[in-house]
Amino acid sequence: MKSMRVNDHPVLGSLEKQKKINIYFDGQPYVAYEGDTIASALLASGVRTLRKHEDKDTPRGIYCNIGHCFECRVQLNGKNTVRACLTPVENNMKIESNISLSPTSLKGGTL
Amino acid sequence: MIDLVVVGAGPAGLGAAIAAAENGLKVCVLDEFVKPGGRLLGQLHEEPDGKWVNGIEEAQKLHSRAIELGVNILCGVSVYDLIKLPTGWCVYTTDKTIESKCLLLATGASETPLPIPGWTLPGVMSIGAAQVMGNVHRVKPGEKGIIIGVNVLSVAIARELQLCGVHIENILLPKPGITSGDSANPEKMMESLLRLTHLAPSPLIRFGGKWVSPKLGARLFPKNGFKMWGIPIQLRKTALEIVGEKQVEGVRIADISATGEIVPGTEKVIDADFVCIAGGLTPMSELAAVAGCSFSYVPELGGHVPLHNEYMQTNLGGLYVAGNITGIESAKVARAQGKVAGLSIARELNALKDHADEKVSEAIAQTIETRRNALIQFQPGIEEARTELHYKFYESAEKRISI
Repeated sequence: MKSMRVNDHPVLGSLEKQKKINIYFDGQPYVAYEGDTIASALLASGVRTLRKHEDKDTPRGIYCNIGHCFECRVQLNGKNTVRACLTPVENNMKIESNISLSPTSLKGGTL
Repeated sequence: MIDLVVVGAGPAGLGAAIAAAENGLKVCVLDEFVKPGGRLLGQLHEEPDGKWVNGIEEAQKLHSRAIELGVNILCGVSVYDLIKLPTGWCVYTTDKTIESKCLLLATGASETPLPIPGWTLPGVMSIGAAQVMGNVHRVKPGEKGIIIGVNVLSVAIARELQLCGVHIENILLPKPGITSGDSANPEKMMESLLRLTHLAPSPLIRFGGKWVSPKLGARLFPKNGFKMWGIPIQLRKTALEIVGEKQVEGVRIADISATGEIVPGTEKVIDADFVCIAGGLTPMSELAAVAGCSFSYVPELGGHVPLHNEYMQTNLGGLYVAGNITGIESAKVARAQGKVAGLSIARELNALKDHADEKVSEAIAQTIETRRNALIQFQPGIEEARTELHYKFYESAEKRISI
């Protein structure tokens, strides 16, 4: 895959070589770099879908990238739900798409 | 109890922290993002003299100065509640609870989404998201993008994405009726673009800025748009729907008349692998609402803003605001407002030794001058709207006293 990294920039200059960090998303290994957030590391690796909508099961990815919209929520190391756009990567981090609820758990209910 | 907690490490928050710490106050700055700088981090533009303004460098300067003065900056920390204490404020964060004599909210702005059909598909993001991805994280949001929403911010960021090596296919208007505002109306959008004329390399828009009324401009506007930095800006085309199965594959567009009606039979799909939605900015004021501030709706400032005076004081004791939470303006204005807030807080805590009032007044004058010289005017009538807001502040303060 063609790299999505902007290694050279006409005004901001070239990136210095950064330390590699290994992360796992839904069991697959990906290479990230120090300073990445989960969102930037996965986008750079071509991963756009971070989770499925809990009810409708439609794919979702980043939207605002600065923590306002909560669209990029993922599960971290089997515990907390975090915003991928605000969470820096760490070595051997295990990231999972947020769980979808069973089709019967929400549909058909009345508000 | 420390002297001051600042929520938001952007130009306003850091500007305030620096001014307060220079006068001996003990300051802590909190920010949700991974590094300090706020939206300054993504900014990159060319001044009329050809010099580039690099937001990352500007942010680093502010950060270093704050650290030098002993300001404690905590990143990756969210604030979720504020409680008024008899002698100050209690700030509840995801890290710890902090008590301070004064509190400054410098939370900035959030982007207004345009809920066009298909907008939840992966690959659709706000224009600011693409800016942060490209300039801060140095990752391209995609190879070929379409920007929906023609405004000052979208045109400036289109240029920044181009510098990241991303192809911007075009910038066009959202589907009519998608918002209650003017973002789908070519005449209104022409009006907003005319405020960018000094940045525009296109002779048409430069000419337009000086002589053509927005109404005439939108009518004379070529059906195929004009180009800025080679990017077609199409005020006479509209995005009806973002298409794609698992992610963005393209945008279904159609021609529109000068007043925004869709021309039947002109629909087609153009390919893209990402889409940016540019719905404009609005002050991010939830925490001011949580604290219990009074609000005022000011369209010139981008929406509902906490009622405040020229010293950046709200109607709640010890609670101040600065930057885009008080109205959408440039980073330079935000920084100047931060200084006013920092000095006002130092004055309230009796830390400004000599000529306290003069120092604060000077900072206020500086803010007004910065506003007048701002390169990008987000809305017309900002100065007048602010004067009126300050008047409202004193009017409501008098009412409360008379009760």
